[in-house]
Amino acid sequence: MAAIIRMENIIKTFPGVLANDKVSLEVEKGEIHCLLGENGAGKSTLMNILYGLTSCDSGEIYIKDQLVEFSGPRDAIASGIGMVHQHFMLIPVFTVMENLILGNEPVKGLKIDKIKSEKILADISGKYGMEMNLHAYVKDISVGMQQRVEILKLLYRGADIMIFDEPTAILTPQEILELYKVMESLRQRGKTIIFITHKLKEVMEISDRVTVLRDGRVINKIKTESTNTRELAKMMVGREVLFSTRRPEKRAGAEVLRVEDLYAKDKRGQKGLKGLCLNVKAGEIVGIAGVDGNGQSELVEVLTGLRRTDSGSIKIEDREMAHRNAGRFLAAGTAHIPDDRLLRGLILDFPLYENMLLGFQDQKPFTKGIFIDFNKVRQWSKGLVEAFDVRVPNVNVQAGSLSGGNQQKAVLAREFARDPKLLIASQPTRGLDVGAIEFVHERIMQARQNGKAVLLVSLDLSEIMNLSDRILVIYEGKIIAEFMADEAADTEIGFMMAGGGKK
Amino acid sequence: MKKNPLFDIFIGNDSVFSFVKAILAVFFALIIVYFILLLTGYSPFPVYGALLKGAFGSRRCFGECLVSTTPLLFSGLGFAIAYRCGLFNIGLEGQITVGGIAAAFIGYIFPEMNPVIHVSACIAAGFLAGALWGFIPGYLKARFGIHEVISVIMLNHIAFKIAAYLVSMQGPMKDRLDDMPASPFIRDSAKIVRLVNGSRVHWGIILAVITAFIIWVLLFRTRLGFRIRAVGKNKYAAETAGINVKRHIILTLSISGALGGLAGAVEILGVHYRLFAAFSPGYGFDAIAVALLGMVHPIGIIASAFLFGILRSGSVFMQAMYGVNKDMVSVITAIIVLFMGMSAPIGIMIKDRFKRKSHGTSV
Repeated sequence: MAAIIRMENIIKTFPGVLANDKVSLEVEKGEIHCLLGENGAGKSTLMNILYGLTSCDSGEIYIKDQLVEFSGPRDAIASGIGMVHQHFMLIPVFTVMENLILGNEPVKGLKIDKIKSEKILADISGKYGMEMNLHAYVKDISVGMQQRVEILKLLYRGADIMIFDEPTAILTPQEILELYKVMESLRQRGKTIIFITHKLKEVMEISDRVTVLRDGRVINKIKTESTNTRELAKMMVGREVLFSTRRPEKRAGAEVLRVEDLYAKDKRGQKGLKGLCLNVKAGEIVGIAGVDGNGQSELVEVLTGLRRTDSGSIKIEDREMAHRNAGRFLAAGTAHIPDDRLLRGLILDFPLYENMLLGFQDQKPFTKGIFIDFNKVRQWSKGLVEAFDVRVPNVNVQAGSLSGGNQQKAVLAREFARDPKLLIASQPTRGLDVGAIEFVHERIMQARQNGKAVLLVSLDLSEIMNLSDRILVIYEGKIIAEFMADEAADTEIGFMMAGGGKK
Repeated sequence: MKKNPLFDIFIGNDSVFSFVKAILAVFFALIIVYFILLLTGYSPFPVYGALLKGAFGSRRCFGECLVSTTPLLFSGLGFAIAYRCGLFNIGLEGQITVGGIAAAFIGYIFPEMNPVIHVSACIAAGFLAGALWGFIPGYLKARFGIHEVISVIMLNHIAFKIAAYLVSMQGPMKDRLDDMPASPFIRDSAKIVRLVNGSRVHWGIILAVITAFIIWVLLFRTRLGFRIRAVGKNKYAAETAGINVKRHIILTLSISGALGGLAGAVEILGVHYRLFAAFSPGYGFDAIAVALLGMVHPIGIIASAFLFGILRSGSVFMQAMYGVNKDMVSVITAIIVLFMGMSAPIGIMIKDRFKRKSHGTSV
């Protein structure tokens, strides 16, 4: 088979970073080709070059054996390349059809030919098994459906080569299966798909061939059927990776957190939590599974004193904590790993040691009357940094200069240093690479072994399944299902996450 | 990679580099004004010479320079502490005004008494009045989310009008003994003693320098300072760390206003000895430039307040000698502020250049 895309010796540097170092990529017509690599491996840069969003310093791109040079996405689209971005480019208050034809409307005189548009679109969606209501507003349809609209948009514009940028990150397990079906039918009709991911399972499930990138270089090109996840992980990270964290036997102890009938508003003042109940015991990890936007962030904020409770009760070791501020929650023995470490976890302009002091600023042994003993803080920070393997030359460096993984380790080190009774971890591995994820998971498991009560909130279902003793499913601000870890199947949980339990 | 010693000394170290940037800002401002002077028909070097002579030419001149430095230092510190908390207090002029009113009032309303007690009481009154003038916008921001820039501008005008009313012909603080729109003179026991004979410079300058060290300790060595800086750099992270953001906004603006109040009080007690409507010639606005040029650091602010003191006192002499309007100094000030505003991106450009150069020599 002929290669439909050939990228040869692509070199791209950003100030201080070699993002692509003589990368060559060959994609054959009609295949699903996976581009696998950790965050920062150069996948997105390579695809942005292919889609004309940035230019490369040197190297050549051939589409259907023709040397091309794109000055923008418009040129790429004209060559039959389309891209589904992680963040959708849709107008919420337009209908599906209006979004699809936008920029390329069939017209009759000065008016849009709606009948013709509808016919064309119905044809396309029928052909690829993506039937959908063309007259629904985009704001009213699910994320999975919005993604379909993006795919249909590419088909409507006549794309043969489709780039999917981490398309599964925002989907439920069911929606992922649906997406696989769509990809399969696209392939059968001769479309070529480049699938960007850092999830090994997905590579094995859907792709024909895979190109592994690490540190801007191509590590390997391989047929999917001739490899396995372990081997791929090794190529991607550069060393052996432990997959599932071992979960030693541990009997849960006394109840640490008890939440009853909790109500709170969300950012927009709408009801975010609607009568939520849960409890967490010492030595237990309770995972909150759910699709983004079902009250997870409100729950975490309420349980750390960052958001007002409207009604209901929060008890930490029998002490009523509702309506208390964040300082009181810290004092009561809560540690908080926030989902947005750049916003809530760290002060990027502060040196690392001052970041380690956050939350300890009024506590012995760092205070001397109204003063802070910064020498002690520095020394103590040094110890923490070593214990948590934060790679820094010294503790005076600014937190903002650290890599994402090191920043998260620093937050972890600080929060564990509180020796909390209750650990609230919200998306603790968001944006981290495989090696760092492994580290974070080990530490959380270790906290459980040390008898901490852990509430784990994550959008990554496999993380929840991997770590939790009990799994609670949150849907529209309520816990609607509970599973014990050993008896849970991801399809079942996924069904509940999509609101399946509701009539 | 070959080490570049120049880079290591002046650019590699962040605090030294920010000092270098401040010096460069002043240097380039003087160069630009050099050309402005040339274009407007003056010979720049003698004019600059007059500027320096006006500040250093005699004991009296140098004294005047320190007299201007004093309120600039207090109010520069006031701007800086608010800025460290993420607040933009351009209300220092108003806070200076109310501080001056309060100090003058306590200064003349009581009879002669022990000077230590009297001066302390006057200074405390100015401090509290300024604190109130900072507390109001702080409370409005914390409680209702009203932006402090809006409310302090309005409070500035309220303060100016109050001062003008108090010393107007029918005003309650108007001195009945003469025709000046001013309050009665304060008692001798309320006056801040002069440092040396033959010059107006008074102990206020010492007090201001001590205050700078106090603010430095407060910001960088105390729990309160840490919390203020945390709120200023990232209020969400501060909140997460259990810091009450609203309380610290109110407190910091009160401290900031209090420093303005001190500037006003010391100006009245040490220089004018009575209240005029507009006794501060814009010290509170110059405070912004003083603080920014001083890298919002108390020690840097001592240096920049002194520089602005030179400019202010020198400008009078410059005008007298060469007829250059003394507002030319405002032009210098404005250009310095402009450069300091650009200093972050320019700093990055300089760093990049040096790095590339040192790469180049090594390859």
